[in-house]
Amino acid sequence: MSIQSFRSTGMISIEELRKLKLIPPEERLKKGPVVIVECPEKIPCNICVDACPQNAITIKNINELPEIDWNKCTGCGTCVAYCPGLAIFVVDISKPNKAYVTVPHEFLPVPKLGDEVTVLSRDGTKLGKGKVVKIFERNRTWVITVEVPREFAMEVRAIWVEK
Amino acid sequence: MIGKCSSCFMKVNGIPNVRTCIEPVRDGIRVERQRGLPEIPPIANETNEASEETFETDLLVIGGGPAGLTAALTAAEYGLNVTIVNEHFKLGGQLVKQTHKFFGSKELFGGLRGFQIAEHLSNKIVEKSNIKVLLQTVAYGIFRDNWIGLASMNKLYRVKARNVIISTGAAEQYLAFPGNDLPGVMGAGGAQTIMNEYGILPGKEVLVVGSGNVGLIVSYQLLQAGAKVKAILEIMPEIGGWFVHAAKVRRYGVPILTRHTIKDVWGDERVEGATIVRVNEEFQPIPGSERKVSCDLVLLAIGLTPDTRLFAQAGAIMTWIPELGGLVPLRTPYLETSIENVFVAGDSSGIEEATTAMIEGEIAALTTVLKTEGSIRDALERREKLLKFLWDEYRQSPLLARARAGKLKATVPEDEMRKLRTKFSR
Repeated sequence: MSIQSFRSTGMISIEELRKLKLIPPEERLKKGPVVIVECPEKIPCNICVDACPQNAITIKNINELPEIDWNKCTGCGTCVAYCPGLAIFVVDISKPNKAYVTVPHEFLPVPKLGDEVTVLSRDGTKLGKGKVVKIFERNRTWVITVEVPREFAMEVRAIWVEK
Repeated sequence: MIGKCSSCFMKVNGIPNVRTCIEPVRDGIRVERQRGLPEIPPIANETNEASEETFETDLLVIGGGPAGLTAALTAAEYGLNVTIVNEHFKLGGQLVKQTHKFFGSKELFGGLRGFQIAEHLSNKIVEKSNIKVLLQTVAYGIFRDNWIGLASMNKLYRVKARNVIISTGAAEQYLAFPGNDLPGVMGAGGAQTIMNEYGILPGKEVLVVGSGNVGLIVSYQLLQAGAKVKAILEIMPEIGGWFVHAAKVRRYGVPILTRHTIKDVWGDERVEGATIVRVNEEFQPIPGSERKVSCDLVLLAIGLTPDTRLFAQAGAIMTWIPELGGLVPLRTPYLETSIENVFVAGDSSGIEEATTAMIEGEIAALTTVLKTEGSIRDALERREKLLKFLWDEYRQSPLLARARAGKLKATVPEDEMRKLRTKFSR
């Protein structure tokens, strides 16, 4: 029996996400912020559906994977705060040179606007620094948007505040 | 240290074998270390005032976790007189130490953190005038005609219950290896008790054995509390738990080492390090692949065993189901065991998770309502709807397939249960 690679590594690749229709089309990505839902398994859960103010997420029955209407999604990040799996991110590559990545954060201290924080990849590699440009919180999950170099848009998935 | 084992036994106010993990601190409390077998204590308790009480109840719920609390609330809604017995001084079972958000849907408390679900349910329990709560009380035995014996520190109860729901949860499994008795080796749930319930960091450098959801979640919580998780070991070729839980710890650089196990733990007075080793296809250690890891805490997150001692004592027909963590009582689809009017719900019916525990609690309670009050249409329809949701929808998740298969094996139709009852009746 073959094992899907994310089941042995705990990391998912863009190719795997694309196969699951969880990566927006290139034209949509270029338009502005949009969600990347890194939820490849059929967890009995549909919290993101109720969380979305735009009704952009559909889950047919509780065990199906989320389907995203890329045109309805505004990349507001509300679902990032509510997803119990902390599996949702927002990526914005609409500005030149820079990318904006929005990640959930449940560690203290919470950074402040303008802070430089360490940005981490899916395996915890320190990719460099990112500037915090937006913060909000829901039920103790902080949603943090960082400005990072364009090439890290699909790599940055966490931040770390160096103590 | 989730209220089930002997790991935290100490002498409290002269009384030996007290589980300190569920013993509240109070003024003047005297806690002493206990070495070896303690002396038998004198016939006296803390206050020297033992009393007895006999009472009747429509429904006795044993265990105040997610299954038990939901069961009590459901039965109380239909006017039943309910009693909950809880070993811990706080209601909520393992929910009280779960700081992560739960999956599910809004209706099933999805999105709330475990301790918030516990608070919500406990608050509703307190509001109900027809629910009596006995904290720090244990059910020690089931006797003929549904008489149950309960004991608290200074009171004994004899309870005649028309129905009993046993939702006693589960205990953590332990692993045999040299050094596993050193302070600093504990169950993952024990670490959650110390850290998330009582706010004490159980270690600074941690090795976690087992990558099921419990191992992954406790690792994330340790990172939040400021500890370093050196590695999570997994003997199988793939991660045991759900991908999203694994991704949460991988992002902060925690390695998950598949095909690895623990060989031994060493240390002088407490854990100072562990040897880990790779395993081959037959799960046997590969000589020469040993590595030493320095750490001060080794957490075992290798699975749970249903706490079914009361069923066994009562003589219920039990069945061994590996998918459910071991021995569980046989039950009807409505969760009645081979002992009439004695029900099972939650992890004591086989290891699953909190959402299904709550659904099972509701199904069992609705059945007690139907048995006590006769055929109430609303209760009947609600039960059918829940059964359909549980089996045909929720448990259809491929991630719950193993538990579903186990629960299916443990369930027999009502007429078959009737035959079994006649066959085994004494």
